[in-house]
Amino acid sequence: MTRLQRIVRRRSERGLRYVEARIGAAPAIKWMLRYVFPDHWSFLLGEIALYAFIVLVGTGIFLTLYYIPGDHQVVYHGPYALLRDQQMSEAYRSVLDITFNVPAGLLMRQVHHWAADVFIAAIVLHLMRIFFTGAYRKPRDLNYYIGLTMLMLAILEGFAGYSLVDDLLSGMGLAIANGVALAIPGIGGQLGSTVWGGQFPGTSSFLPRLEVIHVFLIPLTLMALIGIHLAMIMRQHHSQFPGRGRRERNVVGTPMWPAYALRSIGLLLAVAAVLFLVGGLIQINPIWQWGPYHPYLSENGAQPDWYIGWLIGALRLMPNFEPVIGRTTVIPNPFWGGALFPLVVFGVMYAWPALERRFTGDQRRHDLLDRPRDHPTRTAIGSAFLSWVVIVFAVGSTDRIFVRLHISYQSQIYFWRFGIWILPIAVFFIARSGARALKRSEAHPLRGWQGEIVRRGPDGRPEVLSETAGEPAEDIEPPVGTFDGQGG
Amino acid sequence: MARGDGSRAGRLAGWLVAARAAWSGLRHRREVLAQEPPPAPEPPPDPDPTERIVPANPRYETLVAVLLLLGAALAVAFVVIYIVLQTNTQLLGLAMGGALAMLAAAAIVAGKFVVPQETSVEQRDDLLREPEEKEVVEMVEAGGEGISRRGLLVGASGVAGAAMVGAAAAPLASLGPPAGVLHQTPWKSGVRLVNDQNQVYAAGEIQIGAFYTALPEGQDWESFGAGLMVIRLPSSMIHLPASRQSWAPQGIMAFSKICPHAGCAISLYRYPTYQPTSAGPAFTCPCHYSTFTPGDGGQVIFGPAGRPLPQLPLMIDAEGNLRAAGQFDEDLGPSWWSVRRT
Repeated sequence: MTRLQRIVRRRSERGLRYVEARIGAAPAIKWMLRYVFPDHWSFLLGEIALYAFIVLVGTGIFLTLYYIPGDHQVVYHGPYALLRDQQMSEAYRSVLDITFNVPAGLLMRQVHHWAADVFIAAIVLHLMRIFFTGAYRKPRDLNYYIGLTMLMLAILEGFAGYSLVDDLLSGMGLAIANGVALAIPGIGGQLGSTVWGGQFPGTSSFLPRLEVIHVFLIPLTLMALIGIHLAMIMRQHHSQFPGRGRRERNVVGTPMWPAYALRSIGLLLAVAAVLFLVGGLIQINPIWQWGPYHPYLSENGAQPDWYIGWLIGALRLMPNFEPVIGRTTVIPNPFWGGALFPLVVFGVMYAWPALERRFTGDQRRHDLLDRPRDHPTRTAIGSAFLSWVVIVFAVGSTDRIFVRLHISYQSQIYFWRFGIWILPIAVFFIARSGARALKRSEAHPLRGWQGEIVRRGPDGRPEVLSETAGEPAEDIEPPVGTFDGQGG
Repeated sequence: MARGDGSRAGRLAGWLVAARAAWSGLRHRREVLAQEPPPAPEPPPDPDPTERIVPANPRYETLVAVLLLLGAALAVAFVVIYIVLQTNTQLLGLAMGGALAMLAAAAIVAGKFVVPQETSVEQRDDLLREPEEKEVVEMVEAGGEGISRRGLLVGASGVAGAAMVGAAAAPLASLGPPAGVLHQTPWKSGVRLVNDQNQVYAAGEIQIGAFYTALPEGQDWESFGAGLMVIRLPSSMIHLPASRQSWAPQGIMAFSKICPHAGCAISLYRYPTYQPTSAGPAFTCPCHYSTFTPGDGGQVIFGPAGRPLPQLPLMIDAEGNLRAAGQFDEDLGPSWWSVRRT
């Protein structure tokens, strides 16, 4: 042991002793260091979301120091010649200044924007993993609800963030948000005039309100929910896939210290590295090209960030149904696509664990995960539901398909008004029969080769040389609920 | 960097070998996964998955140190670029991203090839412990011992709580005025139509087939309903209802620019290029593609809009300029519960 190592060791022992004498944390620290993480790549999706959130907080603090939520009109005199002498809001000018005047400002803004897109994408993929492996079942249903809530908040947070810029694109997005708010039956008009402080685009207090929501209310709520999410995982321990020695009542994997901690820190740094590389090299949301927002202006071919695409698709797909009784517009049209559709999507997802318990009668605790094939019905329902949402999302870009491929926009919309109901049914049956076939054959669709090696003999008859079709190993405990007659 | 006796070139070669070893190690792992053999025929009854492997490989330690120092060098490069070039986003991103990538590689190599590789087993707790649960219920109930008017107290607490929540929420109402403000429009009879350079529109300059954005002279242009679309149609294309016959002097018509679906500004106008085969004139909103025909007063022919585009009556004053001849007789912008419709 070198002298340096001895000093480091003595120092850290003294530090631990200091903490120990005051809060007695050693048992907790010991427990933390030995905490076991089951290894599977799909378990990293949630971690990627967490690490993207950390990058968002870091870059967000930088941006907040320069952003001004002002709506009064100023004249731009900055270095970007194409906007010089134009009228714009103080908010938009401050973001142009971050972009062109603040050193590393554009880098931070682009990293922030990319990180938001990655954050929500990672949450959605994580949610899909949770659904298709049945990880939302008791005892993790409570944590699943928290995760869904975080997804909703993350979408709201992203929308609030790019709306703060007050460029033409974000102004149009806010106009639509205002239209959806007004469309809520009964209370919509009052809700809109309360939130915006009057008629759209609102009073000078609107942007400061939006900023408080974006930099304070939602991030703090997200942090609290992330804390609860992780604490609940640690209390229950991670779920795990069936495997050698893995049982419902144990958890097998890599302990936190040292290998897992190092790998996870590596993932944090890798997520940050990718975000800084794309943020530096790949342009995103070039707000100087959109120009300032004025209510009488709009641009053609506007597309929101990807996580709003499903809402714009639903708004576009909806026929112009707007029931009126007497002088009352009972359900203004944007309600269907902008409010009811996301409510139904999230409502179904919140209700799913209870629905599954009711239909299967399965009230047991589950700590081993299913493979998607283990529950063909669940996998089929999930795939059909996912395809329903994905079609609506894709309908949000039918105008781009028209521009690129010259397929009539109107024909596409008429087609999908029916296709949206037919295609998911087809997906249901395809996914269910696929899952059943996999369950029977025990083949892995992505890994290895399953089948027989056959040689044709001189007499023309085939001869089986070897067979690789595998049965599950004897020591693998099947997850609870996948025995014959109990699986979906 | 680790202190050693070897020459610089020797060390370089050393960690090149290490990188090569790391790569082949990774590849080997992948192959092992790819060729996972069918499970053993007779596994032991209760297999113990725990294992602990101590790699003790100085080459990987060197590799980690090199990666850490490369990361440090790129972090310094970031600071230099920040000071010298300031706004070179690409170089800043490369330096910072590169530094983070080097540190990430260092942490992952250390986590996989330097520190002990361990698989261990933890038992899960019973989450549901019924005796303790019962004790909790008993402890809570014991807190109400000797209280005879329990129902009254619970009821009164509920009333107080609800009243306090109401009182705390009441100030939210000051955030915005009553919904009546949604009826506002800056257009009233006599207001002149100007372009965004504040120049008055003369009736004579409105061409058939063109599309003009007009704003109310002397009013707030940032208000929602300020924008108008002005077009001129030949009389053969105008089929307005009887009550609107006077709204389009010389075939010039004005419509609100704000889409009555979700409130975007309408920016697309189509006019038939060859009348016998082309579709008729129409406005289209670029947000959700609601399409309106101006000739019959802004009726919806496609898309999600639930009501027609509001039309503003026009007149031509003595100087030949365009003026509003009245107010909109319906509300502008998206529909809501009490929206005024025609």
